[in-house]
Amino acid sequence: MSSEQDEESQSQPQSHGQGEGRSIRCLVAKVGLDGHDRGAHVISRAFRDAGFEVIYSGLHKAPDEIVQAAVQEDVDVLGISILSGAHDTLVPKIMDGLEEYGAREDTLVLVGGVIPEEDRPELKEEGVAAIFGPGTSIEETIEFVRENAPER
Amino acid sequence: MNADDQDLLDALLEGHHRALARIISKIENRAPGYRDLVSELYAHTGNADVIGITGSPGAGKSTLVDKLAETYRERGETVGIIAIDPSSPFTGGAVLGDRIRMASTIGDMDVFVRSMSARGTLGGLSTATADAVKAMDAFGKDKIIIETVGAGQNEVDIVRTADTVAVLVPPGSGDSVQTLKAGILEIADVFVVNKADRDGADRTVQELQEMLHIGADVGFGGAGHHGADAMAGTGASSDGNNGSDSDNDNGSPDDANDLDDWMPPIVETVATKGTGVDTFIDELAAHKSFLVDSGTHAEKVRQRYAEEIRTLLREDVNALLEDELESAGGVDELAEAVRTGETDPYAIANDVLTPVADCLSEADIEAVQAEFDS
Repeated sequence: MSSEQDEESQSQPQSHGQGEGRSIRCLVAKVGLDGHDRGAHVISRAFRDAGFEVIYSGLHKAPDEIVQAAVQEDVDVLGISILSGAHDTLVPKIMDGLEEYGAREDTLVLVGGVIPEEDRPELKEEGVAAIFGPGTSIEETIEFVRENAPER
Repeated sequence: MNADDQDLLDALLEGHHRALARIISKIENRAPGYRDLVSELYAHTGNADVIGITGSPGAGKSTLVDKLAETYRERGETVGIIAIDPSSPFTGGAVLGDRIRMASTIGDMDVFVRSMSARGTLGGLSTATADAVKAMDAFGKDKIIIETVGAGQNEVDIVRTADTVAVLVPPGSGDSVQTLKAGILEIADVFVVNKADRDGADRTVQELQEMLHIGADVGFGGAGHHGADAMAGTGASSDGNNGSDSDNDNGSPDDANDLDDWMPPIVETVATKGTGVDTFIDELAAHKSFLVDSGTHAEKVRQRYAEEIRTLLREDVNALLEDELESAGGVDELAEAVRTGETDPYAIANDVLTPVADCLSEADIEAVQAEFDS
């Protein structure tokens, strides 16, 4: 299955993860009543091996908790894994929370998991940069993060 | 300092979490201008109690820190936590997992948890940690907790940023308590036997007690971390002031007859249930008042700043020398020259350093002359 990538807001692909102490920081988050975290684990591990610093939220987190972690850890990338179908309520709550702390603009928000085609435009409108469905290769995700992690 | 950084600093002092997070990132990344930021921060620091917590992996550090933060919050104090995890020396990547254990205080923005990775920088982590502590201090956190795996010199340096260091020892460590003697024993101000409901906890407490007694008898170990105090010769003057403090440590061996020394108490906790956390907090507070009353605190702080100054200067001089090395043809070429037997490292070091030393002595002369002229 293909993943959709939003190219509009990403202007300056930069060489991240090298140079003076700069390292891409990611929060891999599981929200809501969703106990399946194999995917989140695989992504965390792959990000780590790609040289990123990964913070994993653990299971069953509330949107507020994800926002708190994303703000305090000052992450470049927030990857939300949702397999429960509750993305249309949970994701907007997280985006609003980021907005509240002024973190929405320069956090690259990705959603992974089972997201039906018809729900995708709405999430994109909320500010999600890309949605990676089942079958997306890990290399593709890492490449996307490298190219689009916000320059600060 | 540029306008953006000034805004960031103002926002931090006003209590914006995002600004604190961003400044810590700048410190971690050594982003341009971070030095000016940190030096501005200093004026606003000095109000927080800094606690270091270390111990072997799986000893329960994160869980205990979580409970500690929860208890401080119940007492109305704000908390900053810096959790340090190792990073891969090969890719630089890291999974920072301490946050998962910190569930009690989640959703409470007055507990600011920041994960940091040991980015394999040359001893830079302890500087970065110290600077991050400054940022949290300036932000107005009452208690700042640094959590790290106690594995090596790097970690020992990190926890030294703290006023009070607690070392966690899981029960059944058996012989591993022996290995603790080197290094870890000297830095502990409080011992915590976590998972105290497990078999072997009593024995671990006993072993620690014995170890402390031996240390006290021969004049090292338990007293070792006051080396600074003894060396500076200020120890004797404060005799007696702190007697009452060290006597009512419930966990400590009761024959701590040398009143000038802090005998590390041993606290038993079950972090998952929160048992013993109050006692632990009392001991941390007792140690803090011991430090202040005995005058050790001022000495400790002075030493810490001396170390910070040295580290900064070393980094700066190092950078200067790297430039010098570059202009001398780059280190690779020089290394190749050594490999082929043309020269040796000592000769190269001498060649690189001589012009620098010459400059310095010239500068000295100028300074002296300037003094004479005036």
